[in-house]
Amino acid sequence: MHPQRRNRLLGVAFVLVGASAAVTLMLLAANESLNLFYPPAKVVNGEAPVGVGIRAGGMVLEGSVQRAPDSLDVAFTLTDRRGASFKAVYSGILPDLFREGQGILVRGELGADGVFQAVEVLAKHDENYMPPELLPLAAGVADQESRQPIGLE
Amino acid sequence: MAPELGHLAVIVALVLSLAGAGFGLAGAGLGRRRWMRAAVSVTFGQAVFVALGFAVLVWAFLADDFSVAYAAHNSNSLLPWHYKISAVWGAHEGSLLLWTLIMTLWMSAVALWGTRLPPDFLARALGVMGLLNCGFLSFLLLTSNPFERLLPLPPGDGSDLNPLLQDFGLIVHPPMLYTGYVGLAVPFAFAVAALLSGRLDSAWARWSRPWTNVAWAFLTLGIALGSWWAYYELGWGGWWFWDPVENASFMPWLAATALVHSLAVTEKRGAFKSWTLLLALTAFSLSLLGAFIVRSGVLTSVHAFAVDPARGLFILAFLAVVVGGALALFGVRGAAAWSPVRYALLSREAFLLLNNLLLVVALGVVLLGTLYPLAYEAASGGDKISIGPPWFNRFFVPLMMAAAAALGIGPFLGWKRSNLRRLARRLLACFVTASGLAALFGLLLGGSLSWAGGAALVLGLWIAAAHGLDLVRRRRIGGPPPPLAYWGMSLAHLGFAVSLLGVALTHELSVEKDVRMSPGEVANHGGVAFRFDGVVQVAGPNYRAERGLFEIADGERRLQLTPEKRRYVVSGSLMTEAAIDPGFFKDIYVSLGEPLDNGDWAVRVYVKPFVRWIWFGALMMALGGVLAVADKRYRRLRSHSSAVRPVAAGQLSGVKAPV
Repeated sequence: MHPQRRNRLLGVAFVLVGASAAVTLMLLAANESLNLFYPPAKVVNGEAPVGVGIRAGGMVLEGSVQRAPDSLDVAFTLTDRRGASFKAVYSGILPDLFREGQGILVRGELGADGVFQAVEVLAKHDENYMPPELLPLAAGVADQESRQPIGLE
Repeated sequence: MAPELGHLAVIVALVLSLAGAGFGLAGAGLGRRRWMRAAVSVTFGQAVFVALGFAVLVWAFLADDFSVAYAAHNSNSLLPWHYKISAVWGAHEGSLLLWTLIMTLWMSAVALWGTRLPPDFLARALGVMGLLNCGFLSFLLLTSNPFERLLPLPPGDGSDLNPLLQDFGLIVHPPMLYTGYVGLAVPFAFAVAALLSGRLDSAWARWSRPWTNVAWAFLTLGIALGSWWAYYELGWGGWWFWDPVENASFMPWLAATALVHSLAVTEKRGAFKSWTLLLALTAFSLSLLGAFIVRSGVLTSVHAFAVDPARGLFILAFLAVVVGGALALFGVRGAAAWSPVRYALLSREAFLLLNNLLLVVALGVVLLGTLYPLAYEAASGGDKISIGPPWFNRFFVPLMMAAAAALGIGPFLGWKRSNLRRLARRLLACFVTASGLAALFGLLLGGSLSWAGGAALVLGLWIAAAHGLDLVRRRRIGGPPPPLAYWGMSLAHLGFAVSLLGVALTHELSVEKDVRMSPGEVANHGGVAFRFDGVVQVAGPNYRAERGLFEIADGERRLQLTPEKRRYVVSGSLMTEAAIDPGFFKDIYVSLGEPLDNGDWAVRVYVKPFVRWIWFGALMMALGGVLAVADKRYRRLRSHSSAVRPVAAGQLSGVKAPV
C-alpha cells in the first residue's frame, strides 16, 4: 500500500475508533441520567424503583389536591382511571395549566411509603397539548398492560 | 381574490427557482454566458414573487380576512396590529413562507454583491441556492399552503394567536434566527460551487468569509434573543433548557463558529481546505436537520408546530437528498482539495485546529443528546425517555472551559510557529492578571464561588487579559493601526468571555425562591426586600389580568414591580407575565404563581446577578462578526478578484472549467 494512503487509512481508523469509544461512553452516562417514565399501574405494583430519579404521570384525581395552609406544600393523587393511583407531594408553584382532571407529569423520586416526592411538575403547554407519555392513558388504550416498562434493563 | 394571487405568486416563484437552478448550473457547466446572466435575473424574480406572496399573507392578517384558514387559526380581530404582523410567522405555514422570503433575500444579496465573482462561480452558487429554494417552495406548496381558504363559510373571528407568542420576542426572534439559519446556505452553495468547478484553491474561502460571518452573526443574535425571550416570558427565569429545539438552533451555530475559524486558516494559509468544505456543508445541513426536528412533529415542545406526517417525510427526504448529494460530491471531489501545509504545534493554525476540534466534539455531544431520545423512541416502539440538562452540562461545560483556556493563548500566536519563551512570559502576565482580578472579585463576594465557578471566572478574565495585552503590545510596537477585522475578532472573543462570565456568575450567585406571601408581607432574599401589596384586576386589549403589586427595596433603591396573571379572552388560556427590574449587575425578578387561601399568593422571587451578561456577550460576538466583514481588506480583495476575472472568463469560453 502507498505509504500516504496507509497513513490516511490509519488516521481514519483512529478517528473512527476514538469516536465510537466516546459515543459509547457518553451513551452509558446517558443511561445513568435517563429519567424513565412510569404510568400509575407500574408505580402501584412496585415496578417503579424506590429512591431513584424517575418520571411518572397520570390524571389529577378530582378533589384530591390539598394545599398546606401556611406553605407551598401541596399533595395530589394521580390516577390512570383504571384503578391504579398514587399520591404525589410537591413544594412550590404548580404550572398554570395544572388542574384537576388534567394529565400531568411529575419528576422526582418514589418514597418507600409509596408517596412520590416530586421536584418538578409539568403540565401541558396549551389546551390542545397532552404530554406524549400520557397519550396512551388519555386514549384509554386497553393493551396498556402489554407495554413494557420504559427502562433499559 | 387576494389570497389566490399570493398562492399564484409563490407558484411563479417555484417555477423561477427551477429556472434559476437550471440556468445557473447548466450555464456554468456548458459555459453559456447568457444563461449565467439569466440565473442572476431570475434570482431577483424569485425574491419579488415570494415577497408578493408574503405581503398578501400579511395583508390577510391585517385586514382580518378569516376566510384564509391560516389567519383564522392564528389571529383574531382583537389582536394588536403589531402582533397581527408577527402572527404571520407564529405557526408552521407562515414561518416557512418567511423562511423562503429570507432565502430569496440572501440569494438576491449574493447576486447583487457577487458581481465581481467569476461568473461561472456566481452562476453555480445561485443555481445551488435556487435548487434549495425550489425544495423549500415545493414543501410549502405541497404540504403547508398558508393561502388555503375556509370557504364558503369563513368563521366570524379567528381563534387567536397563542398568548405565549403575543410578545415582542415573536417579532424579532424568528426573523433573526431564520436569517442566520438560511444564511448558512450561502457558504454551503459556495462550497458546492467550488466542488463542482473543481477549483479548490483558497479563493472560494475568501469569498465565503464575509457571508459566513454575517449569517453567523444573525444566528448568534437569533439564539440570544430566543434565550432572552424564554427567560422573561416562560416565567421560570431559566435562560437555556437543552430543549431539543434549542439544540436544533445551537448545532448549526457550533458548526458555523467552527467554520468561521477554519475559513480563516484556509484563506490565509491554504490549510484545512477539505475540512473547511466539509464544515460548510455540515453547517447548513444542520440547519435543515433543525427544521426537520421542529417541523416534523417528532417531538412536542413549546416550539414544535402541528403534527403532520407528510411534512416530516418531505423534510426527511429533502434532507437526505441535500446532505447525501453534498456529501457524495465531497467524497468524489473533496480529496483534491488536500494540500500539505506545514505548521508547528505552537502556531495559530494548531490552535485554530484545536478550536475546531473542541467545537465539533461539543457539536457531537449536542447532536447525540438530541437524537438519542428520538432514536430510542423509534427503536423501542414509542417508549419515551428524556436526557436532562445534567448530562449535557457534564460534557459541554468542560469542552467550553478548554476552548476558553485555548482562546486566551490564541492572540499571541503567529502563523506557522511561535517563540515559546516569549509566549510563556506573556501568558504568565495574563494568568497573574486574571487570577488577581478573580481573587479580588471573590473577596468582594465573600468567597461563595464553587471551584467550577471560580475556574470560569478566571478563564473569562484570562481571555479579556490576553486580548487587552495583545492590543497594548500592538500599539507599543507602532506601525499601522490594527485593521477592523482585528477589532472584530477581539470584540467577538471578549463577547465570548462576557457570556462565559454571565453564565458562571448567574449559575453561582442566583437566588431563586418560591414563597407564599400574604398582602403586606415582606420577603428578604438575596439582599433584596420584596413587599407584597396584594393584587388588583386590570383589563388589557384582549385579556383580563390579576396584577400583583410589589414594592422592592434594593439597598437605597426603591421600585415597583407588577407581574401579571393573564387570562386571554378568546382562547381562555392563562399566561404568567413576570416583572423584571433589569440591571447591569443583577436582575430582580418577580412572577405570580397561583392564588391561595385568604388573599395569599404563591410567588416566585428571584435575584439573578449578571444574567444580562449572557446576552450582552452574544451581542458583542455578533457585532464583532459584522465588524470583521466591514474591513476594507474585503473591498480590496474584491477588486483583486475582479482583476482575475478575464482569466476566469477565458476559462469559460474554453468549453469547460478544469476538473
